[in-house]
Amino acid sequence: MNPTRTALLAGVRDTVPMLVGAAPFGVIFGTLAIASGIPAWAVLALSALVFAGSSQFVAVSLIGGGAALPVIWLTTFVVNLRHALYSASLLPYARDLPARWRWPLAFWLTDETFAVVEHRLREHGAAQGGVWYWLGSSLAMYLNWQLWTIAGVLLGQSVPGLASLGLDFAMVATFAAIVAPQLRQYPVLAAAVAAGVVALLARHLPYKLGLMLAALAGVGAGMLAESLAAGATQEEQT
Amino acid sequence: MTQPLWLAILGMVVVTYGIRLSFLVFGHKLAFPPALQRALRYVPAAVLTALIVPMALAPQGDIDLSLANAYLPGTLVAGAVAFYSRQTLPAIVLGFVAYGVWRWLF
Repeated sequence: MNPTRTALLAGVRDTVPMLVGAAPFGVIFGTLAIASGIPAWAVLALSALVFAGSSQFVAVSLIGGGAALPVIWLTTFVVNLRHALYSASLLPYARDLPARWRWPLAFWLTDETFAVVEHRLREHGAAQGGVWYWLGSSLAMYLNWQLWTIAGVLLGQSVPGLASLGLDFAMVATFAAIVAPQLRQYPVLAAAVAAGVVALLARHLPYKLGLMLAALAGVGAGMLAESLAAGATQEEQT
Repeated sequence: MTQPLWLAILGMVVVTYGIRLSFLVFGHKLAFPPALQRALRYVPAAVLTALIVPMALAPQGDIDLSLANAYLPGTLVAGAVAFYSRQTLPAIVLGFVAYGVWRWLF
């Protein structure tokens, strides 16, 4: 087998655990979006063109609630801003690549591919087909996400009335399951409490503006708690 | 529902792709501020909690702490299972079971 193909397949293979992890979320996303009344073309377009799971879930909730366009865009920006960090971390390995590589690899940048590829590039650098490895992981995540979204859309269409069965609860449960383990860290807990209180108080604001206020309050509270905790540690040491 | 949908999606594509392109394509002109890096750590918890709390406590718009609100026990079970097991999928499934049983009971 030629080295290019070996590297590509290694990228796919190392991404398999991530593929398994993403699969149920793809199905839940597709089903939930259909149950929220979003047309199938738009559900498939979200997965094919935006390709960022958490922001897709948030968008379904916002679109279903009739949020204003700028609120949807701004929330997407806030939720996906962490990708800029990944983009910056991978730049040293991509600096010498031609644009025809960097543009598509950037499009496919996800939490999962970043985790897999950054590890490999840090250990071996871009040599030994590193960029093909990166492409393999990217393509695997992308095709996997499309496949499970389609499965979810088909499921949502074949079982009408899923929303009345309480499928809208699936989103709340999914978010709660993602957030809860992070609450062990005190500043994250502060961020969650502040965001939750503000979101509850501001829930009647039009265009889902309360979400933006709550996100800002949460991030502010988290950073404040982090500073206070750091100050307390310093005092203990002196 | 937000309209027009295509415009909502187009904006999301531009925003998301722009972020991903930022350093990989325009990296020589950018610097990542450390304060922003700190702030990013709290974004998932803040945004997701902001979505969860109103849905769990006020699913119909008004705060509902009655037995008829199955969202609240379901969310608490999902959160508790995830907190103690650190497993996402079992937490979702058990939360859903709690929600379903609660609706059936009350």
